[in-house]
Amino acid sequence: MKICIPSRGPDIQDLVDERFGRAPYFIIHDTESKMTEAHVNSAAGAMGGVGPKAAQFLLNQGVDSLVTERVGGNALEALKAGGIMVLLYEEKGSTVADAITAFLKGNLKEQ
Amino acid sequence: MTTSMKITIASGKGGTGKSMVAANLAWAISQSDRVTLVDCDVEEPNLHLFFPPDDPESTDVQVLIPAFDNSRCTLCGDCAGFCAFGALVVAKDRVLFFPEHCHSCGGCALVCPADAITEIQRPIGTVTTRDLSAHLSLVTGTLNEGEVLGVKVIQEAKRRAEKPGWMICDASPGTSCPVVETLHGSDFCLLITESTPFGLHDLELAYSVTSHLDVPVGVVINRSDGKDEEVRRFCNERGIPVLATIPFDRWIASVQGSGDLISRVDPTWKERFIALGGACRSSVGGT
Amino acid sequence: MQVIGGGNMIRLAVVSGKGGTGKTVITGGIVHLSRCAKVMVDCDVDAANLELIVNPHIIKREEFTGMEGAYINPAQCSSCGVCSDACRFGAIEPIGDTYAVHPDQCEGCGVCRVICPSMAISMRPRVCGEIYYSETPYGNLVHARLAPGAANSGLLVGKIKKIAVERNGECDLMLVDGPPGIGCPLISTITGMDQLLVVTEPSVSGLHDLQRLIRVCRPLRVNMMVAINKYDLNLGVSNSIREYCGKEDIPIGGMIPYDESVIDVVRKGRLVTEYDTPAAQAIHSLWDEIVSTLGVRDIAGQ
Repeated sequence: MKICIPSRGPDIQDLVDERFGRAPYFIIHDTESKMTEAHVNSAAGAMGGVGPKAAQFLLNQGVDSLVTERVGGNALEALKAGGIMVLLYEEKGSTVADAITAFLKGNLKEQ
Repeated sequence: MTTSMKITIASGKGGTGKSMVAANLAWAISQSDRVTLVDCDVEEPNLHLFFPPDDPESTDVQVLIPAFDNSRCTLCGDCAGFCAFGALVVAKDRVLFFPEHCHSCGGCALVCPADAITEIQRPIGTVTTRDLSAHLSLVTGTLNEGEVLGVKVIQEAKRRAEKPGWMICDASPGTSCPVVETLHGSDFCLLITESTPFGLHDLELAYSVTSHLDVPVGVVINRSDGKDEEVRRFCNERGIPVLATIPFDRWIASVQGSGDLISRVDPTWKERFIALGGACRSSVGGT
Repeated sequence: MQVIGGGNMIRLAVVSGKGGTGKTVITGGIVHLSRCAKVMVDCDVDAANLELIVNPHIIKREEFTGMEGAYINPAQCSSCGVCSDACRFGAIEPIGDTYAVHPDQCEGCGVCRVICPSMAISMRPRVCGEIYYSETPYGNLVHARLAPGAANSGLLVGKIKKIAVERNGECDLMLVDGPPGIGCPLISTITGMDQLLVVTEPSVSGLHDLQRLIRVCRPLRVNMMVAINKYDLNLGVSNSIREYCGKEDIPIGGMIPYDESVIDVVRKGRLVTEYDTPAAQAIHSLWDEIVSTLGVRDIAGQ
C-alpha cells in the first residue's frame, strides 16, 4: 500500500507541511517494500487549482492513502473519486517519519 | 446635443469614497443630461444602496465550460494535463470538473483526442439594470461568490450600459485586472484620494495604471482636512488637475453612512457635482 | 497560561471587507503595543501601506514570477493568425508582419501554444511583481508590490507568508495586514491563521461588506473578532453591527472613536498608540482583549 505525506522537504526527517496543494514536496512511502520516494510538487507554485492538480499527481502515482492536516473541498472530492483515502494527522511540528509511524499504528481518522 | 462621454471612477484602494463620488456625480448630471451609472466593482457592488430599493430584472452572465461525453472518453488524461488552472482531474472511472477554477479557454475540448468534450454555458454572475429616473439608469455587475472571472461580468455590464449620454463606471479598488478592464475604452478617469500618506501612496499606484493605459486623469481629494499640500504637489509635478476637494465633515459622513447622497440633500453639492462633470468634459476637450 | 511563542508562532491577521476602514492604522497600533518578538506581513499586495508607518529598511528584493504567459517567437511565426482566432481573451494581435501577445490580457492557458502549426509559441514565466524583505524598529517586515494590472495576488500572498515563516519562524507573533475584499488574496491570507481581527466601520456599505466577509470566512473555521472603527460617526449603524455580530456569535473586541489626531500621527509617519489619544486608548483595550482571547500572555522577547 502506498501512502503520501505532504512535506516541507525531501527527507522523512523533514516537517509535515500543513497544506496539501501548496506543499513543496510529496513523500510517498510503500508499506510493503518499505521504499520511500520524494517528489517535488510541481503544482505548489501554480496560480490556481493547486488542490486538483496535486490530487491528479497522487492518482497518477497510484497512491492509496493521503496522510495530511487539511485538504480543500475540490481536492477531497478528486481524491475520493480516485479511491484515495484521506487520513487526518494534526500533530503540529511532526516529521514525515512521525506521520508514517502514526499511519502504521492504524489510529488515524478518515476525513 | 447629447454629451457622449465615458468616465471611470477609480482609486488605488477602497474606502476613499469612490462610490460616493460616482453616485453623486451621476445623480447630479442626470438632472439635465442622460446618464448610465455602471457598478464595475463586481465583487462587492454597492451603488444600488444609494438609491431606493426596487425589484429590478437581472440577467445571467454566462461563460463556456466543458461537458463530457462519457461514452467517448478514454480517460487518457490529456485534458487535465493541459488545464493550466487545475479545473480538471481524471480519476479511475471518470473526469471531475471544478467549474470555479475554469477560465473558459476552451483548451480541453481542443486537445481531447477522443472528441469527448463539448462546451456549454454556465452562469457566473448577473447584470442588473435599474431605471432610477427618466435620465438615470444603474447597471450593476455582480460576480457570484466564489467565482473568479470578474472580468467577464465587467465586460458584459459595460456592454449592456452602452447608450448615448454619459457612462460613469465605478471601478473596483486597487490596480489589478478588473480595474484595467473597467478603464478599457474610457475617455477620462477620476482618481479619488484622501490627503493622508496612505491616500497619496494609493494615488501613485492608481496613476501608474492609468498612465500605462494612456487614459487622461483628474483627481478628487475626498475627506480633506485642509492639509492637502503633498497630494497637490504630486499632482502639480505631473500636470494632473485637481478637479474637486470634498472636506471631511461629520454631516457628509452621516448622510453617506445612511445611504443618502449629499447632492440630493443639498443643492449646493448638486451644483458642485455638476461642475465636476463639466470639468471632466473640458479636460478631454469636450464642450 | 501559554506564553506567546514557546516554539508556537501565533498568527493574527487584521482584515476588513472593504478598504479604508482604518485596518492599517490599527495594525500599526498592534505593532507598537505587542511586546513579543514578531514578524509583520503586508498581504495587501495591491497597495501595501504598512511600509508607510513602520519605517522599513529594505534588505532583500526578489522578483515575483507569478504565472506563465505565452511568447511568440517571431522567427518561427508564419503569421497565419490561428492563435489570434483561438485566443478567448483577445490577447494576441497582429503587430507588423507577425503576431504578438499582449501581457495584460494573456491568462496563460496555453491554447495558442498547442494550436500553433509552426510551433512558434512557448510559455514563459512572467515577472508580475517584486517581493521585499525589510528590517524595522519593531521586527522584520515582508511586503510586496504587484505589477499594475497583474493577476495572481493570491499566490503572491501565499509566497510572502511563507517567506515570513522561513526567515522568522522563531518569532512569537506573525502579524498580518490583510487585503481588502473577499477574493482570492483574502482566502490566501487567512489560511493557517489562529485569529482574525475584522475591522469595520459604521456605514450601510461597511455592514454589507462585513456580512460578506463573515460568510466567506465561516467555512474556513478561523476564530474571528470584530472591531468597529470610528464607531461614533453613526451610532445607529454601529448598533446594527453589534446586533449582527451578536447573532453570528462573533465577539466585539473594541469600539474605536473617530479621532481627528489619527491622520496627523500617520502624516508624521508614527504609530497611533505612540500618543495618548482616545483612539489610542481604545486600541490599547482592543489589544488586551485579543491577548486574552488567544489565551496567551504577551511578554517581551530577548
